[in-house]
Amino acid sequence: MKTAVIVFPGSNCDRDAHDALNKLTGKPPAMVWHKDGVIPEGTDLVMVPGGFSYGDYLRCGAMAGNSPVIAQLKAHAARGGYVLGACNGFQILTETGLLPGALVRNASLHFVCRPQKLTIASANTAFTSAYTGGCDIVLPIAHAEGNYYADTATLDRLEGDGRVAFRYAAGENPNGAARDIAGVLSENGRVLGLMPHPERAVGESEGGADGVGVFESLMAAA
Amino acid sequence: MTDTAAILAHLTAEQNAASGVEHGIKADEWERLISRLGRKPNLVELGIYSVMWSEHCSYKSSRRHLAKFPTKGPRVIQGPGENAGVIDIGDGQAAIFKMESHNHPSYIEPYQGAATGVGGILRDVFTMGARPIALVNALRFGDPGHPKTRQLVSGVVAGIGGYGNCVGVPTVAGETQFDEGYNGNILVNAMAVGLADQDKIFYARGALPGLAILYVGSKTGRDGIHGATMASAEFTEGEEDNRPTVQVGDPFTEKLLIEACLELMATDAIQSVQDMGAAGLTSSSVEMADKGGVGIEMDLDAVPQRETGMTAYEIMLSESQERMLMILKPGKEAAAKAIFDKWDLDAEVIGVTTTTGRLVLKQFGQIVCDIPVAPLGEDAPNYDRPWTEPVRRPAFDITGYPEPKDYGAVLLKLMSSPDMASKRWVWEQYDRHVMGDTVDSSQSGGDAAIVRVHGTNKALAICSDCNPHYVAADPYEGGKQAVAEAYRNLSSVGALPIAITDNLNFGNPEKPATMGQIVKSIEGMAQACRALDFPVVSGNVSLYNETDGKAIPPTPVVGGVGLIDDLSKTATLKGAQEGDALILIGEATGHLGASLYARVWLGLKGEALGPPPPVDLEAEKKNGTFIRSLIHSGLVNAVHDVSDGGIACAAAEMALASGIGVRLVGNREPEDKRDEACLFGEASALYLVAASESQIRAWDSRGFMPGRLGVFGGDAVVLETGWGHDAPEFQVKLAGLRAAHEGWLPGYMNAAD
Repeated sequence: MKTAVIVFPGSNCDRDAHDALNKLTGKPPAMVWHKDGVIPEGTDLVMVPGGFSYGDYLRCGAMAGNSPVIAQLKAHAARGGYVLGACNGFQILTETGLLPGALVRNASLHFVCRPQKLTIASANTAFTSAYTGGCDIVLPIAHAEGNYYADTATLDRLEGDGRVAFRYAAGENPNGAARDIAGVLSENGRVLGLMPHPERAVGESEGGADGVGVFESLMAAA
Repeated sequence: MTDTAAILAHLTAEQNAASGVEHGIKADEWERLISRLGRKPNLVELGIYSVMWSEHCSYKSSRRHLAKFPTKGPRVIQGPGENAGVIDIGDGQAAIFKMESHNHPSYIEPYQGAATGVGGILRDVFTMGARPIALVNALRFGDPGHPKTRQLVSGVVAGIGGYGNCVGVPTVAGETQFDEGYNGNILVNAMAVGLADQDKIFYARGALPGLAILYVGSKTGRDGIHGATMASAEFTEGEEDNRPTVQVGDPFTEKLLIEACLELMATDAIQSVQDMGAAGLTSSSVEMADKGGVGIEMDLDAVPQRETGMTAYEIMLSESQERMLMILKPGKEAAAKAIFDKWDLDAEVIGVTTTTGRLVLKQFGQIVCDIPVAPLGEDAPNYDRPWTEPVRRPAFDITGYPEPKDYGAVLLKLMSSPDMASKRWVWEQYDRHVMGDTVDSSQSGGDAAIVRVHGTNKALAICSDCNPHYVAADPYEGGKQAVAEAYRNLSSVGALPIAITDNLNFGNPEKPATMGQIVKSIEGMAQACRALDFPVVSGNVSLYNETDGKAIPPTPVVGGVGLIDDLSKTATLKGAQEGDALILIGEATGHLGASLYARVWLGLKGEALGPPPPVDLEAEKKNGTFIRSLIHSGLVNAVHDVSDGGIACAAAEMALASGIGVRLVGNREPEDKRDEACLFGEASALYLVAASESQIRAWDSRGFMPGRLGVFGGDAVVLETGWGHDAPEFQVKLAGLRAAHEGWLPGYMNAAD
């Protein structure tokens, strides 16, 4: 699988994404600088990493969502390429319109970093096929704006179409997200945004290894 | 034009002793200034002397005593005197670290004060070429009942998180304590640890004449002017009016600055480099000039400015954040500017190094400052302040107090007391996992964090420690204990303790009793550092932590760094198995003076608390070595050092971490002591270990007397008391203990009063 990672000023999980992709796919991803970088031809997966792009100024992801590289990202998605946005990456994807909804301030008003229990809401996606549907996994979260918001019609449609990939486990919603939603898919199922960090959970660290399944699923699909 | 002329007249006007006093320059220092300069200074020059001679920049009260610290060792590459200390961690790599206070600003404006404290300490580390890999914070707040405490906790924690989370450096460890002694002066001590290749370390020294001086980073504004002077004075009522002297942080710019500097440092362009911390452009330029033995000439009109109409005085004294000063190798200006341009950062050549040994500044084409560099640095005032020997407290006698009726209630109360309660509410607001190398953090409640050396099987262990109650009771023994506890905490995870950074927080050094605390605790720390081969490689001194004449408890904080050669050979306090024996390594003496039990259960304060436990450094070394050997041989399942709250609290923490109960059997040593002394007594060189019978059989414990204290199992902490089989026992269910331990801080922070 050929991969790329977009780097914005203020991205800080770009190295984590690089290392996880390198470890699991056996090949280092192309690191694409947001201003003049090019997503290489033949890229299967583009990862939009976490961090504080543009310092979260204005609104999380808002400025990155209007960066020069976004046109290429949209073209990649339109071609049916895979896109994975974690944390700030998820926020950016909603700002670009590639994913519906928005991430607003955590209900607690605090930044929250903890091992988070999640339920695989659908194992029938390109990002989750390596998991068993309905099972629980633990991924690290670290965000202040992870409270997923969308209008009722959108939420109903996402659920009806099986586009909710991850939910916070019952009773353990860390941020007030609507319907415990932790990760959603685009209409064509090729773009996933999620607040937890699968790239921090690929073994040998406090984050555990439950994130490996996301990448294994993608390698099987791509 | 008239404006410019008026500004220049103002800046170059001759100053007198009275304006010196307004700048914190005392009468004898004014005489010294005149003698060094050979004339009276103008306003710009006076401003520069005042910040460089402030306690904060000159260490004028502590310098001669800091010299007592051992600072060399086989693994020390750079000791104190540079931006941070550097140690050899093998394979051509180095760990670079330092701790620094931001106490005064954090009290006045908690969010920005704490945030810029983190930013400043990060710059100290990446200035030297290191990528920062871990942050640690040692926080001390006033009594929880004090009306300002909750707001200060909230602001400081948000500020630390707001900065560290954004720059993307994990905050992996720390400590948070409360005491009424900090009601008027909180302590915010931040530590950063970075990683570099030994052949790519950059220093402030080494400047040569005739080279370009490059200013990079944020523009200079009017914020933080005279911050260093503020940090060198006591507070009085109404100190909040000082808010304009607190800087404002921008972690996004810091992140860009880290990436840009490391990109430039990968090329061969920098001769010497210094971040602009306290006293901004003044101290950064003076320090590089002083260490390199060169002069500096700068054109202040070239300094990127955020506001119009700034004077040379303001530009030189501004403490605007996220700025660096570099002396470039010849012909590297364009390459350097291109890198900063990529990261959208300002970078301007603002001057040149000279052979004159003088600091010459120009504004509007006219010289506004021309002074010799040496008296600002090496030749700054250096006082031998009078001090008095701390008064020894009489021994603490427990027989004067009633024995508790319910030891379970004691355990619950201690474990949910502000100092012992879980600090989850704090560390959940810090990103502990960014960079992907955090192996163990505050999350596990362990003694030290473990952070992998990226791409290797090695790791650094990091901790911070100080028990101010011990230091207040006996500065010498308390100082020893702070170092010894760091040694224990690193040993507890299997790391070889390598070196420390220190952050010495005290009151007004002009008071002989306070100066006595400073001198004796430094001597105690130095003694422990020597005995444990644990040198000091960097540090910071924060004095004048007083409000209306009342000083904080003496708080010399130690940040320890240790090396783990093989990540498969570590331990934490988590991991006890059902049926494991609970074993004590070291000699429990049942000492209750200055203990958590005496403070929290008996409610004692001050003198009544008695002396702290004496520190046996020989035993520290011997027991620490033994613990590390057990961990390295895989002969233990969990390890925890014994500190506040004694054996009972340490065992309870191990039980909570593993989710398995523990029974502490009766018939305890020392036999002549009461149960509360055995259970909650504090000492030095003590560790608790969980190990299976087969592990224990493989121990080579010659020369040790491992004491069996109990066994893990069940769902409760059970405390047996007394002698004989009919002695009473007390049981605390883990669920209830956890609720009490976890509940205090969120309950306090969310309370509506």
